[in-house]
Amino acid sequence: MSVQLWTWILVGISFALYFGIAIWARAGSTKEFYVAGGGVSPLANGMATAADWMSAASFISMAGIISFAGYDGSVYLMGWTGGYVLLALLLAPYLRKFGKFTVPDFIGDRYYSNTARTVAVICALIVSFTYVAGQMRGVGIVFSQFLQVEITTGVIIGMAVVLVFAFLGGMKGITYTQVAQYCVLIFAFMVPAIFISIQMTGSIIPQIGMGGRVEDGTYLLEKLDNLHTQLGFKEYTEGSKSTWDVFAITLALMAGTAGLPHVIVRFFTVPNVKDARKSAGYALLLIAILYTTAPAVSVFARTNLIETVSNQEYSTMPEWFKNWENMGLIAWSDKNEDGKIQYVNGEATTGKPEFTEERGANGERIIVNASTETNELYVDRDIMVLANPEIAQLPAWVIALVAAGGLAAALSTAAGLLLVISTSVSHDLIKKQLKPDISDKGELLAARLSILVAVIVAGLFGIYPPGFVAAVVALAFGLAAASFFPAIVLGIFDKRMNKQGAISGMVVGIILMLFYMIRFKTGLIGVLEPLPESKWWFGTSPEGFGTVAMFINVIISVIISRLTPAPPKSVLKIVESIRIPSGAGEAQSH
Amino acid sequence: MSKIEKHKAYWRQNIKYLSILLFVWFAVSFGCGILLKDFLNRYSLGGFKLGFWFAQQGSIYVFVVLIFLYMYLMNRLDKKYGYIDN
Repeated sequence: MSVQLWTWILVGISFALYFGIAIWARAGSTKEFYVAGGGVSPLANGMATAADWMSAASFISMAGIISFAGYDGSVYLMGWTGGYVLLALLLAPYLRKFGKFTVPDFIGDRYYSNTARTVAVICALIVSFTYVAGQMRGVGIVFSQFLQVEITTGVIIGMAVVLVFAFLGGMKGITYTQVAQYCVLIFAFMVPAIFISIQMTGSIIPQIGMGGRVEDGTYLLEKLDNLHTQLGFKEYTEGSKSTWDVFAITLALMAGTAGLPHVIVRFFTVPNVKDARKSAGYALLLIAILYTTAPAVSVFARTNLIETVSNQEYSTMPEWFKNWENMGLIAWSDKNEDGKIQYVNGEATTGKPEFTEERGANGERIIVNASTETNELYVDRDIMVLANPEIAQLPAWVIALVAAGGLAAALSTAAGLLLVISTSVSHDLIKKQLKPDISDKGELLAARLSILVAVIVAGLFGIYPPGFVAAVVALAFGLAAASFFPAIVLGIFDKRMNKQGAISGMVVGIILMLFYMIRFKTGLIGVLEPLPESKWWFGTSPEGFGTVAMFINVIISVIISRLTPAPPKSVLKIVESIRIPSGAGEAQSH
Repeated sequence: MSKIEKHKAYWRQNIKYLSILLFVWFAVSFGCGILLKDFLNRYSLGGFKLGFWFAQQGSIYVFVVLIFLYMYLMNRLDKKYGYIDN
């Protein structure tokens, strides 16, 4: 059977499964809609959290990025897993005990202020929208690549599918669908990784294969380091970022992970505090399976790629090479006219390759923007995971499986984020501020309508991506780290923290982060060009600046809170109560 | 022990566990994986340079263990202080 046919079959089966679950788990009340009724088992919640968390970026892009960045890619591995430790130890149990629906709920009650609640809602919306815009684009790309349709059509199909899940089931439907999506995506990621690990190192476990020996007896990593040195790349196991920047980016990603509203809200869905702790453990365990395999995939893919292309005749390239070239994700220009591919350090093109309709002497697609550097080959990072099974010549069903997995990853994350956006609007804004007397039914309707609006807006971002979306997604973590994370942690651990302190900290944190992003990364569209790296403050990249903004947030919060009146008694009681895991403990202490 | 003292003792113990576990969290990732990477890379673990292994594998394994350890310690503490819902 062909790859195409297999793709239709596997994607079809997995989608039938998701729809079946969405219909079975329809939400009837706002509690079911927002937090799945609060009765999800820790393991199911762990799986849903893992699927929610692992987006198209984790599934498709991360191994590719690490493959090209080597040691520098560690920031994503440690950052996106280490954040769960912060979440499990500093946030999840207490927020579960607090027992309301959303992060702005906590901020609003803990800081006894609707201003604080509004600031939190705005931060939640900024963070979630920057994040979801990138996801919808991801959904579109995956659909278009595997179903052979235009990206716009792909985004529209994706919008329709997400809408059905979220509309019908709310958090309940999404949670149980995500359980299924976790199974699909982890299976789809592991199968090719295991195949390739056996092929290259003889080890059935990729995490061990990564440190194993290849056929000629040398260690795989040593071999890759040597290949890199020969071709003028930095050694794979050494980085090129400064130690401070690696430190800052890792910390920003960790605190950002712990502060992302769509991740935090997960811990409101389990029955009690004990289960919240357990659930965080399961979530990280299930995430770690992918996150420890990804760097192994990166090493396998990198080695395979170099060995297949370096100094080989273009005419001998396998079919996958030409397929990806036809899609514009691989480009080659024969700069020294020897018919061979010189793949060495340096940019092969200036920016993304621009193709003409013509073919060159060897049959390659002619590009107009080849650079003057020696390197002749451009490879898009995003293809490493998708192309890996083809490069390793695995059977057609494995290649098709990767398609189903990529879709599961993109859809589950998009659905989770859209739900947070709709909750922010229907619950935090309408119910808590604009129209407190709204009925349960009315609120449910408002929630569903705001999902509809959110899907359409996110879809438009996906179809007409403003150039800054891709750049901004990574910064969503910086925004979350700079705004929510300190306010929540201080709210639990610092009894003296009051509304003045928390609000000024959040406002300064998020504005500073937005300012730095605009100044150094995205520019102010059409008005201000981003400044170059040499102007970074203390050599901190925009991705790592969340760490700096977070510390400034904390310092400002603490100073201002000490200069202003202490929080009222009723708030101290809330803090006392969330620190004790049992409901009985709360009742006795009054 | 009064309710308030009991509450305080429980919280102190919780903070103690947190400090120890977060110290380990920091040590394996920021310590071994980033700040001490170059030093640790002189040693190796199978085919891995040690610092590189911590950054891309080891720290993640330790993270998982930390969360389950915290769960175990806190469940034990909850039981000791009787903070359990039925």
